[in-house]
Amino acid sequence: MKGTAWKFGNDIDTDIIVPGRYLIYTDEERLSKHCMEGLDDKFSEKCKKGDFIVAGKNFGCGSSREHAPIAIKGVGISAVIAESFARIFYRNATNVGVPLLEAPGITDIVENGDEIEVDMDNGIIKTKTGEEITFKKLPPFMLEILEKGGLIQYLKEKR
Amino acid sequence: MSSTMSEKILAKASGNDKVEAGDIIIANIDVAMTHDLTGPLAVESFQKIGVEKVWDPSKIVIPFDHQVPADSIDSANNHIIMRDFVKKQNIKNFYDVNAGVCHQILPELGHVVPGEVIVGADSHTCTHGALGAFSTGIGSTDMAMVFAEGNLWFKVPETNRFEINGELKDNVYAKDVILNIIGQMGADGSTYKACEFAGQTVRDMSISDRMVLCNMAIEMGGKTGLVEPDKKTIEYVEKRSTKAYKIFKTDLDAASLDMINIDVSDLEPQVACPNNVDNVKAVSEVDEEIDQVFLGSCTNGRISDLRDAAKILKGKQIAKGTRMLVIPASKEVYSKALDEGLIRIFVDAGALVSAPCCGPCLGGHTGIIGPGEVSLSTSNRNFKGRQGSPDGKVYLSSAAVAAASAIEGRIVAPE
Repeated sequence: MKGTAWKFGNDIDTDIIVPGRYLIYTDEERLSKHCMEGLDDKFSEKCKKGDFIVAGKNFGCGSSREHAPIAIKGVGISAVIAESFARIFYRNATNVGVPLLEAPGITDIVENGDEIEVDMDNGIIKTKTGEEITFKKLPPFMLEILEKGGLIQYLKEKR
Repeated sequence: MSSTMSEKILAKASGNDKVEAGDIIIANIDVAMTHDLTGPLAVESFQKIGVEKVWDPSKIVIPFDHQVPADSIDSANNHIIMRDFVKKQNIKNFYDVNAGVCHQILPELGHVVPGEVIVGADSHTCTHGALGAFSTGIGSTDMAMVFAEGNLWFKVPETNRFEINGELKDNVYAKDVILNIIGQMGADGSTYKACEFAGQTVRDMSISDRMVLCNMAIEMGGKTGLVEPDKKTIEYVEKRSTKAYKIFKTDLDAASLDMINIDVSDLEPQVACPNNVDNVKAVSEVDEEIDQVFLGSCTNGRISDLRDAAKILKGKQIAKGTRMLVIPASKEVYSKALDEGLIRIFVDAGALVSAPCCGPCLGGHTGIIGPGEVSLSTSNRNFKGRQGSPDGKVYLSSAAVAAASAIEGRIVAPE
């Protein structure tokens, strides 16, 4: 996977990802319009399909709103790469089909707007200058959930 | 071999003799809660699974609290979706717009007892550990899976046990204790861990105070908050619930236990400053004028909070240029406040008193702040944009600091 990295800081909470007033919506289309609105109200327009979010520690902290990973999926982000993730968000993102890659050190080597390349099979992220960083590869069942677009689709096909 | 409370509860719920931190287990769920805001997404996912009936309607609790009464056609529509679901699935534990905030009414109405596994599609579900249950927040897809199967996989957490000792000074409350702990630990200081609150200070606390501690465990990344049940717990539970319960306590030599000693005898009133809950300072270090004060929420909307605030506000006026919203956390709290004359005190002081709901806490319904405005709130989060405009600021404090500050129009500690 190749794409542009949108870089954010530490402790990006789910109120930033989707503010509370939009939780009345449940669909990807409307939620994605407000993705990251707390920090950048043009994010959904700037973000292209296949781009990445790169962030510091504790990404997705706060509320259990699944609306947050749904919005991220809706803008076309192909993976969120962070120093670390908050717990509920980690489950929710996997369940709706957004890959989360934990890559300690990523914020030291990637700047906002950099083109990066992610090798899911080998667990490697490559920057435009050729620098590489590894992430913990996702287990096969998780890759399968992500490939199917989320837990429910995955289970339906298994039945 | 020794175990923590969490390990013991999860062992029971997964049908194992023993589980250890790090084990992945499938636990049977005793209570599953979702509300008007996360419910529609859970129902949508449940329908996608294609199962006709929920596993056990008697174990599902659905309160409306985030957007009550409905403030838009979209939220009215969400209420309709949930009422239909409740009816179709024969869910008796349904609380419409007149009951109160989920984390207040669950324990109050007897849905929480020690030793249970409770999941809620709301991150502050960790509150219920105050009664010795393993209680944690999940997302809507996980909730749909629980609706269908009645169980969920968990990684058994390690435990941070906060041994809290020392007598609290006047005007220092459980909220100050937990804000101080979060300030020390950081927003991810307990990620994936169970946060157990113990020590003499906690033993001396009321159930309400213990709920304040557990409620905010998530603000340092905790998977659940927990307090070992004691006489007070049993008294509270037996008065409110007919469910069987089981008491589990932590063995202090458990391998997955980290002990953290906290001495609160010198603690001053605390405030969490914008825009993170771990940005905690003593009130005396903060100099800020405020536009709005919110007294309420699942953290500090209980009768004891209203009493603390009313004591300070009695016979006083809220500062000109500052507005105050008081929202009791439940019908029971509201009724008691009426009976005790507290509502009269708030109204006379110039506050607005609203029906039980989440209120301005998450900026989705009522009491939203505008650009440049400053809110002082007894709730649990002060993230950028949490209560409305991303250019507004939110501070968090105890009910007493909120009341004293409303009178002064700036953040101050009660005298």
